Amino acid sequence: MSGTDSAESATRLSAHFDATIAHDQRIEPRDWMPDGYRATLVRQIAQHAHSEIIGMQPEGEWITKAPSLRRKAILFAKVQDEAGHGLYLYSAAETLGIDRDELTERLLQGRQKYSSIFNYPTLSFADVGVIGWFVDGAAICNQVPLCRSSYGPYARAMVRVCKEESFHQRQGFELLLTMMRGTEAQRAQVQDAVDRWWWPSLMMFGPPDDDSPNSAQSMAWKIKRHSNDELRRRFVDMTVPQAEFLGVTLPDPELRWNEERGTHDFGTPDYAELMRVIKGDGPCNAQRMERRTKAHEDGAWVREAAAAHAAKQQALRETTKEGTAA
Amino acid sequence: MSSDDDHVYLSLAEGHADDARWAFGTGFEDPLHGVDTTLPPGVDAGALTALCLALADDALVAAQRLAQWITLAPELEEEVALANIGLDLLGQARLLYARAGQAEGAGRDEDALAYFRDQADFRNVVLAELPNGDFAHCVVKLLLLSSWRLAELTGLTEHPDPVLAAVARKGVSELTYHRDHAAQWVVRLGDGTEESARRTSAALAELWPYRAELYAAAPQTRDEVEAVLAQVLDAAHLSAPTDAPTATASGRSGEHTEHLAELLAELQSVARADPEATW
Repeated sequence: MSGTDSAESATRLSAHFDATIAHDQRIEPRDWMPDGYRATLVRQIAQHAHSEIIGMQPEGEWITKAPSLRRKAILFAKVQDEAGHGLYLYSAAETLGIDRDELTERLLQGRQKYSSIFNYPTLSFADVGVIGWFVDGAAICNQVPLCRSSYGPYARAMVRVCKEESFHQRQGFELLLTMMRGTEAQRAQVQDAVDRWWWPSLMMFGPPDDDSPNSAQSMAWKIKRHSNDELRRRFVDMTVPQAEFLGVTLPDPELRWNEERGTHDFGTPDYAELMRVIKGDGPCNAQRMERRTKAHEDGAWVREAAAAHAAKQQALRETTKEGTAA
Repeated sequence: MSSDDDHVYLSLAEGHADDARWAFGTGFEDPLHGVDTTLPPGVDAGALTALCLALADDALVAAQRLAQWITLAPELEEEVALANIGLDLLGQARLLYARAGQAEGAGRDEDALAYFRDQADFRNVVLAELPNGDFAHCVVKLLLLSSWRLAELTGLTEHPDPVLAAVARKGVSELTYHRDHAAQWVVRLGDGTEESARRTSAALAELWPYRAELYAAAPQTRDEVEAVLAQVLDAAHLSAPTDAPTATASGRSGEHTEHLAELLAELQSVARADPEATW
């Protein structure tokens, strides 16, 4: 192919990609895509997968201590779902030509991030409920639009993830309702958990729009469909009546309904704290990475053994096949 | 924002009349659907209570040990599988405690039996309470326990108590998977690398003597379990440790190791901190 031909072909591919995006159609793994689009998706999907896996830890600690067998079953199943979500998301990332082992390495070396929310500690069983309500709720606000993301495998993974997340936040809220109807000590635990998780949950939507370097391009590519601030505001609007229904106070003195704008005014999260936690200086960053690293290292001999056994079986099958053929 | 972004978070505070269906293990599929729960004449309530409690304690304690594996498994697929097995056992424990409570007739429900009995009242076999070790230890223990429990529940599928029989039938299909999963791993590890074979042999050496307690608790299971173990070890190129004469552990009569005390302290900590609380 001459230089002119390949330049023409690149232009044609690029135009086809742009048209697919413009028509709200899906990009599939075999389609041509710009390198930047691919890299952005790998980063975002991997970060999402890592968040599911690290996110098993703060709640996972409470499975063994859940105060009723029904709550134990609910929480156990939820944490299991998160492992499942991690699996679908790593598979979606693999369609972009990178494998799970490489992504795990990047996580363990600190080259890829996970959601900063999981660097906060869970101090009582009420935290399990509040994580379901706020953290899964915020995740849903972020993820429901991703079901229409331009990259097909990601969008399809999100449909399944969102269905299960909906279940989780419903269960979390139901736990809080039950606790609020319980003893004085239980109500105090719920309020305390709300006080601790509210601001970190608002930070889950990321930095403010004027300080979010990757947002504009992601929105142009329709990987992302709404801005961080838009999603954050929507989350607050939905959460306020739920807090009233539950009988807890959201810890923001500036929070009030703005009749004129038809939305809530609310305080500004401490974005300096968000940056600190993202950079590794949150309350539990070291603990979370240490545990993930330990599991990975302790499991190395198991993965090697499984691979060795599979190779022996394969060799055996080939010998048998040759024997039959001869 | 467009309307197709509308989602359940919006309606979270509405319609809580049917909350039970939002909880895993409640309301979707009732394993006791259509089963008459009245105690049939001729069934000894005391014996039924004791049997259900022992089987429930085995399941709860084993599920608790599997829960301790969560976030520490060697592969994500294994996080899912171990959680699955733990959830099955927890589900069996709940039904069995509920039945024990009904047969006992003293008004104790599943949570009263799980959270407000002390170590000496627990009747689980000691093998279930042993602390977790490496992954070879995990799958060898699972192979022993699931082969034995499968044989035991198979024998109970025709029990005169229709509830216990229904729980046993459900358990048989679950345990068939648990045993298969454990057996596959023992074969992989036995055949895999030098290190995995060494670790699996070490786990066998530690756990093998606990078979005596299993067979003392349910003698009718011995032949089937021994046959299964022999088949799996053969496929894994591992040899059974020689049976050393050891004192038989006796969890069924309430004699436990210090490990059960630690396990229960964790399991019961939140429930006991505020006994008036509702969850």
